[in-house]
Amino acid sequence: MTAATLKSTPLNALHRELGARMVDFGGWNMPLHYGSQLEEHHRVRKACGMFDVSHMLAIDVRGAGSRALLAYVLANNVGRLQQPGKALYSCLLNPAGGVLDDLIVYFFAADWFRLVVNAGTADKDYAWLTAQRDAREPKVTLTARRDLAIIAVQGPQARDKVYAALPGSQAAAADLVYFSAAHMGETMLARTGYTGEDGFEIILPAAQVVSLWRQLGTLGVAAAGLGARDTLRLEAGMNLYGQDMDETTTPLETGLTWTVDLKSERDFIGRSALQKTPPARHALGLVLLDKGVMRGHQKVVTLHGDGEITSGGFGPTLERSIALARLPLAVQPGDAVQVAVRDRLLSARAVKPPFVRHGKVLVQP
Amino acid sequence: MTTPANLKYTKSHEWVKQEADGTVTVGITHHAQELLGDLVFVEAPAVGRTLKQGEECAVVESVKAAADVFAPLSGEVTAANAELAETPEKINQDAYSAWLFKLKPSAVGELSGLLDAAAYQAIADADKH
Repeated sequence: MTAATLKSTPLNALHRELGARMVDFGGWNMPLHYGSQLEEHHRVRKACGMFDVSHMLAIDVRGAGSRALLAYVLANNVGRLQQPGKALYSCLLNPAGGVLDDLIVYFFAADWFRLVVNAGTADKDYAWLTAQRDAREPKVTLTARRDLAIIAVQGPQARDKVYAALPGSQAAAADLVYFSAAHMGETMLARTGYTGEDGFEIILPAAQVVSLWRQLGTLGVAAAGLGARDTLRLEAGMNLYGQDMDETTTPLETGLTWTVDLKSERDFIGRSALQKTPPARHALGLVLLDKGVMRGHQKVVTLHGDGEITSGGFGPTLERSIALARLPLAVQPGDAVQVAVRDRLLSARAVKPPFVRHGKVLVQP
Repeated sequence: MTTPANLKYTKSHEWVKQEADGTVTVGITHHAQELLGDLVFVEAPAVGRTLKQGEECAVVESVKAAADVFAPLSGEVTAANAELAETPEKINQDAYSAWLFKLKPSAVGELSGLLDAAAYQAIADADKH
C-alpha cells in the first residue's frame, strides 16, 4: 500500500509537526513514536500520555430493536448494561465461534448504543452488523461515525489533565466508575483504555480534536504512539486483534472466557459452536528469565507439548521480556517453559496476566 | 546527524573504524538505530570467535524488532563491548561511540570493498524516501 492510499486521522499533520515516525497500521498512516517509545511508555505509567486512536471506528446503533440485535451478535451479555453510560467489553463472533473483532459497547438509552471497533476490521464489522441487522432487526440504524475523532488520555494524572483541558468535563465525568461513559454535548468521555492505567477515551467531533490535543500538550501531557500503546497493552495483558486472536481462534482459547456469556439462556452467534468444541489450548502470560526478547510466533516448549507466542516483546515497566502465548491446557501459572528464540531455547515462566496494572508490577519472574 | 567521514560502512548498516593497532572496531549506524527505535537487548559475538565476512555475528533488539548484525570483514573477534548488555540505549544515544566488537581482520583486501561515508549516506537517504 502506498502513502497515497493510506487513510489519515484529523491529527495527522500535527503528528508530523511533532516529529512523529509515521507507519502504516491497518491501512492507516499513524504515529509509531515521537522520539522514544520507551519514554512514552514510562510517561503513561508514571504521569500521563495521549494517543490518537481516531483510526478506530465508533458505530452508533439506534432504534427500538438495538438491544435485541446486540444481544444476538455479541458474545458478552448486553443485558448487564442497564445504567445509561455503562460499557461492556465483548467479542463479535462468527457462527464457528471465531473472533471477528473485539470491541467496547456503550449503552446510553434503550434506543441508543455505541460500539467502538478496531481500525483494521471496521469495514468488515460494519458489513457483518448490517447483514445481521437486515435479517433480524431491519428498523435499527447503524451509523459509522467517521465524523468523530478519538483521543485516549491515560496514566495516573490523566483525569486531572482532562478536567483541566476540557471545560465542564469534571462535572460531567467526576462520578464515572471504571468502564462507563458520559456525554458532554457532542463529546463523549469514557473511563476506558488499553494501557492498564486509569484515564479517559474521549470521542469528539473531528473538527475539535486538534485544539483538544494542543491543549492537553500545553498541560504537559506527552504524545504517545502506537509503539508505546503496544507495550502498555501487552504489560496490561490485553489482547491485540489480529495478533492474539482472529477468526480462527475462539475467545475460550485466548484468555477471553470471562467475556463469553454461556450462563444466560440467550442465543448468540457462535454460542452453539463454542459449546460443542471445548478449547484445546488456553492463553497465559510468559516472563522471560534469560536475557533476550520473545517475539510473536516463537515456539514454546512445555512438558505438556508445544505452544506458540501470540504477542511478545520487551516490557519496559518490568525491564524484561514478556509475552502472551497459547499453550496446552495442562500448563499452569508458575510452570517453567522454554521459548525458541533464534537458535536456542531460553527459560521462561508461565504467569497469569496482567503483568502490570496501575503502575505496579503484578508478576514475579 | 552526519555520517562520520573517518569510518567505513556496509549496506547492512554496520560501521567500521580502522584502529592504529591493525584491528577494526564495529558498530551499527545512526540510521540503523533510528530504524530500530529504542534498543533493549544486545548480544555481541564471543571473543576469540572467527568470523567470515557477511556472517551473522551479533543481535540487536529494539522494543519493535530484532536485527542481525553481519561481520563487515573476516577475522577474529578480539573484544566485545560488555557494557552494552546493561545499557543498550547507548547505541541510541551515540551510535558511533557505542561499539559492539573489535575484530582482527584476516583478509585485508576486504576493507577496500566497504562503503565510504558519502556512499552510505546515499543508501540511508534512499531508505527515508
